[in-house]
Amino acid sequence: MITRRQGLGTMTAALLTPWMSSVRAASIGTGADTPLSDSERALHALERLGFGPRAADAEAIRAQGAAAWLKDFLAAQLQGARVDLPPVLGDRLAAEDTSKLDQGALFERFRRAQQLERQRKRDQKDGQETADDKGPNPRRELVRPVVLQASEQRLLRALASPGQLEEVLVDFWFNHFNVYAGKGPVSVWVGSYEREAIRPNVFGNFRTMLGATAKHPAMLFYLDNAQSVAADWHPRGRFENRNPNKPTGLNENYAREVMELHTLGVDGGYTQRDVTELARMLTGWTYDPKPGWGSSRSLFQFAEERHDHGRKHWLGRTVEPNGQAEGEMALDVLASHPNTARHIAFQLAQAFVSDDPPPELVQRLADRFLAAKDSRTQLRDVMQELVQSEELWSRAAFRAKFKSPYRYVLSSLRVLVPGGGPLANHLPADVQPLLGALNQAGMPLYGSVTPDGYKNTAVAWQNPEALTQRVQFAQTVNQRVGKRPALAAVEPDQVLATLGPLLSSATIDAVRGAAPDMRTTLLLGSPDFMRF
Amino acid sequence: MKRRHLLQLAGWTWLSAATAVSRAAVPTQNKLVVVMLRGAVDGLSIVTPYGDPHYAQSREAIRLAAPGSDGGVLQLDNLFGLNPALSPLMPYWQRGQLGFVHASGSPDPTRSHFDAQDYMESGTPGLKSTNDGWMNRLLQAMPGAATPTRAVNMGATLPRIFSGAGEVASLGLGPKAFSHEAIDDPRTQAALAAMYAKDPQLGHTFDAAREGRGEMQRSMAADDNMSGDDHAGMDPRIDRGAPSANGFAADAQRLGRLIQRDPHTQLAFTSVGGWDTHINQGGAKGQLANKLAALGRGLDALAQGLGPAMNNTVVVVMSEFGRTVRENGTHGTDHGRGNVMWVLGGPVNGGRVHGEWPGLDQSALADGRDLAVVSDFRAVLASVAQRHLGMDDAAMAKVFPSGREGWAAWKGAPLVRTG
Repeated sequence: MITRRQGLGTMTAALLTPWMSSVRAASIGTGADTPLSDSERALHALERLGFGPRAADAEAIRAQGAAAWLKDFLAAQLQGARVDLPPVLGDRLAAEDTSKLDQGALFERFRRAQQLERQRKRDQKDGQETADDKGPNPRRELVRPVVLQASEQRLLRALASPGQLEEVLVDFWFNHFNVYAGKGPVSVWVGSYEREAIRPNVFGNFRTMLGATAKHPAMLFYLDNAQSVAADWHPRGRFENRNPNKPTGLNENYAREVMELHTLGVDGGYTQRDVTELARMLTGWTYDPKPGWGSSRSLFQFAEERHDHGRKHWLGRTVEPNGQAEGEMALDVLASHPNTARHIAFQLAQAFVSDDPPPELVQRLADRFLAAKDSRTQLRDVMQELVQSEELWSRAAFRAKFKSPYRYVLSSLRVLVPGGGPLANHLPADVQPLLGALNQAGMPLYGSVTPDGYKNTAVAWQNPEALTQRVQFAQTVNQRVGKRPALAAVEPDQVLATLGPLLSSATIDAVRGAAPDMRTTLLLGSPDFMRF
Repeated sequence: MKRRHLLQLAGWTWLSAATAVSRAAVPTQNKLVVVMLRGAVDGLSIVTPYGDPHYAQSREAIRLAAPGSDGGVLQLDNLFGLNPALSPLMPYWQRGQLGFVHASGSPDPTRSHFDAQDYMESGTPGLKSTNDGWMNRLLQAMPGAATPTRAVNMGATLPRIFSGAGEVASLGLGPKAFSHEAIDDPRTQAALAAMYAKDPQLGHTFDAAREGRGEMQRSMAADDNMSGDDHAGMDPRIDRGAPSANGFAADAQRLGRLIQRDPHTQLAFTSVGGWDTHINQGGAKGQLANKLAALGRGLDALAQGLGPAMNNTVVVVMSEFGRTVRENGTHGTDHGRGNVMWVLGGPVNGGRVHGEWPGLDQSALADGRDLAVVSDFRAVLASVAQRHLGMDDAAMAKVFPSGREGWAAWKGAPLVRTG
């Protein structure tokens, strides 16, 4: 044992030598305005534009040289075209059958689960079955696999897709247009929502994404617009008349949140009256659970008879009755509003640069957002502006953000992926433990109940309980290293080598002084690894 | 309809009590627990003004019936009744340990959940630049010595209300909240401490984790229910996700037990989500009633966990704003203004609904649609803090640095008994 420990110590020292010199240089007499070194920039890019470095990245940086590597990396990330997934990952994702179902088929599945559930409850009441869980649970069998597969798609891509920026942006924009999987059929639709409304647009046009979210049944149901109707609407048909839950008037939930959260921002200059008037303009925007033959895959429907055909006064303008076009016009106005540009710019700068982003940067991003508003690559242009900004690469931004639980879990697993060998060996066979860790940390995937989604600032996540949980997570992961095919045997030295320039000398000293079996726990539990 | 009985009538007697209230800050062992209902609960369905002639006509599918009828509210007085789903709390009302302040809330008119919660937690309505929370400022301004567990937050994340310079211990959710974790292992902890000691941003958080856990575990060591399971970690313990009313009771009881056993714990906070009932809210039965029933069980469990400590604990329940007086087009309610605050505990002057009732007739409604805010939420909190936690005026001004006329309005109001 003693021999092995000494051996490891020597290896560590050898691997660290090139990094250590830069660590010392950074800590001795370098001010807050010292430019980042090339290797610091490369790691910063992996952390801010991706979910953190893997051993393979560190090896590539060493082999190619940090400056050249970074140039290629940035070009590839900003390409915006769909990336080719590694075959192992692609095959595994393709095997998940529910990711191929359209909105209608997914809803069918939800309804079947509901019917079976009702049947089961009736049976229980009639005494045909005992009240315990022995019988099949339709929700568990029909609905949960859909959410689980969506979660797996999300996590495996974030772990292993070469298009890391796309994965960071999918998380950012899903969160911006958050829907909650715990509310009725949103459960079966979250994956579809991400695939159809969010992912195709993260490098595209904001108005297109806004429209896609507004019309997706997940959003229509989550923020209740599907049920919001003109005050004088009377349903036709026997069935609807008997339904005690039939809507009888406005519901202003979506109209408020689309202005407050999705576009203008809470101080974006609208009043309660504007909320109500927008709700009236959006009446009839709903979904048809049973579209006829030949319908598109989208369930969105503008129900003329539910629409409020009166004149509206909204954001200082008079809106003449014009059916669905009223809502389309509203989304046009909101998507190209300067307050929307500022709101989106602030959020992007906060997510990618600093909890308290520099106002000049926010202004430049907002200007770019507006200048490119009619472009099909508007959001890629904005990201280009962000990546070119000196603020992103400043010493002040380096290691300055605190990881959210999502990022902490993903970056932990990425740093433990060994350098060589087929990727398949390193993808977790089961993502449920990761989902459990996110639940426990207060950030369940697809589980933000409220429409504002999750925050990405230190104030939201830095607290004693988070450190306790992360150290526990680090130890659990460490104990499983090498014991399951899910996590290959990774030596602490490799982790040290991958994280090199990100570690303080206090961390390096503590890791070197610790028993080998504790080193990975300490690295993942270190203050340096809490930040990115 | 106006109802001014308490504040105004009792005004004279407060003058004599005022000397006691403005005495210099004196350390106490009294405790304050704040429970926040995130998502804006419909206060009119909690303490229902069945006696207000405009109540019944404003609501249909979600209306609660008068006391005595099927599914009717539990009578509190001639104006108000309690949602029948909250029947486990009626004994507290009858013993005088539960009271309410109706038509209370924030002076800021925002109907954004997120801004309104922020204001209620920062304690500075309308002011976004405040970067700490009022409970953290209270922790710092309270007389007596600071200890690692003087303030305890229950939940996975530190809420805005507790952010700030004062050290706040964390109590996790779920049955394993007190179990041994990797961070408690002396070897691991020593190595981590060496790393974190050199870190200016995170060192403080690490110390809070280490010290808080140490003290909580010592307090709970003799507890029969303490779990010794140290194999926690990656199990998908879905019940530990975002807290909902349903999972609240066990957590609340655990918090109560901790407060009972740790004499240093004086401030605690937790929150319960899922009150944004825009659709099919239900009446005496249904979505909201189910959640309220779970909340009622949770508060009852908290009181049981507190045991004898209930005698010097005040629990305040609050929510960011109320909901529209009129039912919306989808049998729910939209974002409104005034709400009801709950005050529960041994020292509470309960068995009555405090505050002025502005009424529900059209002319009395805020913006023609919402219950008006008559009582500033800070006035309610300041009244509790001053009478119960021994805060003098100077200390109180640190907790609520703005809007003195707002928070001092209830100075000396007898929400809780002193001494």
